[in-house]
Amino acid sequence: MSAMAFPPWAVWLMLLGLAAFAGMIALSIRRNRGIRRTLFAFPYGLWIVVFTLIPLLLIGYYAFTDRSGAFTLDNFRTFWDSNFEMRKQMLDMGFDPADLGIARGNVNMDTLIYSLWMAFLCTLICLAMGYPAALFMADRNFKLGSTLVVLFIIPMWMNFLLRTIAWMSLLEDNGLINTLLGALGLPRMQLMYNSRAVLLGMVYNYLPFMVFPIYNALSKQDPKLSEAAMDLGANAALTFFKVTLPLSLPGVISGITMVFMPSVTTFFIPRVLGGGNTEMFGDLIERTFLSADNWNLGSALSLIMMVLILLSLTTLRKFDPEGEGGTMI
Amino acid sequence: MQERPRLINLENISKEYDGVRVLSDINLYIRKNEFVTLLGPSGCGKTTTLRIIGGFERATTGRVLFDGQDITDLPPYKRKVNTVFQKYALFPHLNVYENIAFGLKVAKRPRDEIRRKVEKMLALVNLRSYGKRSVESLSGGQQQRIAIARALVNEPEVLLLDEPLGALDLKLRQEMQLELKRMQQMLGITFIYVTHDQEEALTMSDIIVVMKDGYIQQIGTPKDVYDEPKSAFVANFIGQSNIIRGEMVHDCLVNFCGADFPCVDKGFGSNAPVDVLIRPEDLQIVPEDEGRLKGIVRSVLFKGVHYEMIIDSGAMRFKVHSTVMQPEGSTVGLDVIPFNIHIMKPMPKEETQFEEATQSEEETA
Amino acid sequence: MSRMFKRGYLALMLLFLYVPILVLIVQSFNAGVSRAKWQGFSLKWYIDLFNSASIINAFYITLTIALLSALFATILGTLAAIGIHAMQKRPQGIMMTLTNIPMTMPDIVTGISLMLLYIFTRIPRGYFSMLLAHITFNIPYVILSVMPKLKQMNKFSYEAALDLGATPGYALRHVILPSVMPGVITGALLSFTLSLDDFTISYFTTSPLVQNLSTLIYSEARKGIKPTMNALSALMFVALLVLLLAVNRRANLVKETK
Repeated sequence: MSAMAFPPWAVWLMLLGLAAFAGMIALSIRRNRGIRRTLFAFPYGLWIVVFTLIPLLLIGYYAFTDRSGAFTLDNFRTFWDSNFEMRKQMLDMGFDPADLGIARGNVNMDTLIYSLWMAFLCTLICLAMGYPAALFMADRNFKLGSTLVVLFIIPMWMNFLLRTIAWMSLLEDNGLINTLLGALGLPRMQLMYNSRAVLLGMVYNYLPFMVFPIYNALSKQDPKLSEAAMDLGANAALTFFKVTLPLSLPGVISGITMVFMPSVTTFFIPRVLGGGNTEMFGDLIERTFLSADNWNLGSALSLIMMVLILLSLTTLRKFDPEGEGGTMI
Repeated sequence: MQERPRLINLENISKEYDGVRVLSDINLYIRKNEFVTLLGPSGCGKTTTLRIIGGFERATTGRVLFDGQDITDLPPYKRKVNTVFQKYALFPHLNVYENIAFGLKVAKRPRDEIRRKVEKMLALVNLRSYGKRSVESLSGGQQQRIAIARALVNEPEVLLLDEPLGALDLKLRQEMQLELKRMQQMLGITFIYVTHDQEEALTMSDIIVVMKDGYIQQIGTPKDVYDEPKSAFVANFIGQSNIIRGEMVHDCLVNFCGADFPCVDKGFGSNAPVDVLIRPEDLQIVPEDEGRLKGIVRSVLFKGVHYEMIIDSGAMRFKVHSTVMQPEGSTVGLDVIPFNIHIMKPMPKEETQFEEATQSEEETA
Repeated sequence: MSRMFKRGYLALMLLFLYVPILVLIVQSFNAGVSRAKWQGFSLKWYIDLFNSASIINAFYITLTIALLSALFATILGTLAAIGIHAMQKRPQGIMMTLTNIPMTMPDIVTGISLMLLYIFTRIPRGYFSMLLAHITFNIPYVILSVMPKLKQMNKFSYEAALDLGATPGYALRHVILPSVMPGVITGALLSFTLSLDDFTISYFTTSPLVQNLSTLIYSEARKGIKPTMNALSALMFVALLVLLLAVNRRANLVKETK
């Protein structure tokens, strides 16, 4: 397995990092007070710079340059108008693109809007399905609750590509569901290759991310609080809406974040279950990079994606300023 | 007893965090076998002072001497002092025995010596059969004893205690106060004790160091500090007190609330403004026209041993403790004997009378 | 009634989550290639599995990358958490923000940014680049599992050890590490499973010549997945399940003896 041998530059890189670390430790042994503990974070700091910050800067660099490396905003113009390049060339050649009937191309924008809409629907469905599940499991009288939560995690151990592909065998024209329908004498349905199938795949994959944080928030809640509400005269429904639900909001926010973010950038699921006519933004980015080989546009699209996600995150954080929402673990 | 050698010397210690000064000009010596208490409200710098002695913080300026040796730059693990931490800081992954044995193991003592010493310590703190127990299964009081045993087993010359009883309830606390005092006398170790509880300080200490805002306010025996507070702050912090603006007419005569009172203080000059301190239990209630002052009883509270009455006399409001109750609204006379009047240099206006000693929560340094 | 409803609801949910997995496992025992028709029980695909060089190779790569990346991420992350914990407020805040960046970044952006880095620095994409990428996305999870344990620790524990004569190194090994061990283990397990399951980032950081299971499945998805792959996933799934039960059992035993 020759591909697994560490290339020599890697050895040098590691040695350099280690030498820097050792140097810092040596420098810090101040008057026999031992090493400073803060230095333990040094290798990680170096790691972040090399493997997180520089790559991000590279995306920024490619997004604002053209193939020759000159500064340009054309990548963002192309995002807004996918025909931008073509129209520019025509203008250069002396044609008026409007005369030729070439209008603004809205493929990229439409894909973004479609992705956001799908992610929104997915989050909404996950919330509607996941909240009751979390609520029932967090019930203190339900002894199996904590065991069931584990059952929600286990499916995630199966490779997610395979799980998604497994849905194909259920949804196909000759798949299990249609076979069952046929056996019952019901008409067969076109279940695959549409937005609904993609949505199903997304909900299937991301549902556990909604259930955990909500379950965490609910099970941490002091049962005395709802008892107090009942004691003060609130009935079960009122107790839920006035006490339990508001107190579980951090978990809900965290769940929404954890579902929405990967949903927007989903790629692969639309390809398998959507059959190619339901391209989402993740697929668009991948295709732009690897098939169209246009890193500049791809970087611009990635940048737009990140800005959108950061915006939605900061908006969501406003509802949960403490950041107390239970995370997955 | 005053002739014991000085063990610890703090010289001109000051400490800043990010440009904020938390300790200024601390000069303090501690003699061998003394029980010294650093007393003050939260944020006064008492814990920081202790941590500087322990070696966990370094003074921005100044020196720490131990037995004449400069230990300012010595790390904690090379100092012959041990600490009982706030909230104990027992190691949760070790059992009681292993916790106490920690220091001896670090010092690579032989196994049977460790066993002998740990058993002895367990006996000293009355937890003989608890060695195998996990520290988390113990009550607060027991954890406290383990923390003390863990520090004492290393036979330190000085034991530092940082609000060690802060987390215990009142009854347990009083028990532990006596027990700590007993241990200190038995073992003959210097104790440096940090607390914000003036009662604790008065009960246990040989010397009290009152601190405020990073400065030492007064150093003295409990009796000195209680009876002869050097400032209104000390007077207020240690016990309750009435502090009245007055004027020194001449030596041994002071005027306040429009009346002249003989006193025993001298050296403040003639017609000089002063603060007059009278403890609530030192004000005597006398028939209306026999006292030098007259007042109306505003409120009465039963406090168990005594009644606490608020009595208005002119513009002044006095707090008086007495075993005899006067009905609310009645007019009474007030008097005080010369010995119970304490004269102090006047303090800035903010802290006048009736501020109760700030019994704030422990410092979060 | 409401009790029945609650249980029924949860059962439906679990059915939804498990049906595809059951289908997958059943298919792995199916004698035929068809996804929908049962053509009799067979262990054929399991036998095929051990003869398929590409799958065995991908499995080997997936497993070693998961182990190595978990190992490195755990070491780096634990050290980092201890370091960050000892920092003052402001640098601590900066470090935690930096730690959160890769976690909030979509996988696809992480993958692409790393791909750009490798291309830009002419680092060939392959096993090593994929390993580095996996370490990168695992470290923050380790930090976030170790950090709470450090915060829970009595803040004077470390000082207490120094006070009792322990050098900083001794205190680190005998006081800090044992107290944060549960967090370290959680972080390591989490890293391992995240790495096992990763597709997107691996996809962008490796070459077609070095494939882990996810990228192999992806490249075969169009041609149609062979039930051999199902057989492997079923085996891995069961292995993980057994592992979990064992860990759980041990945790319970430890609890009881305490």
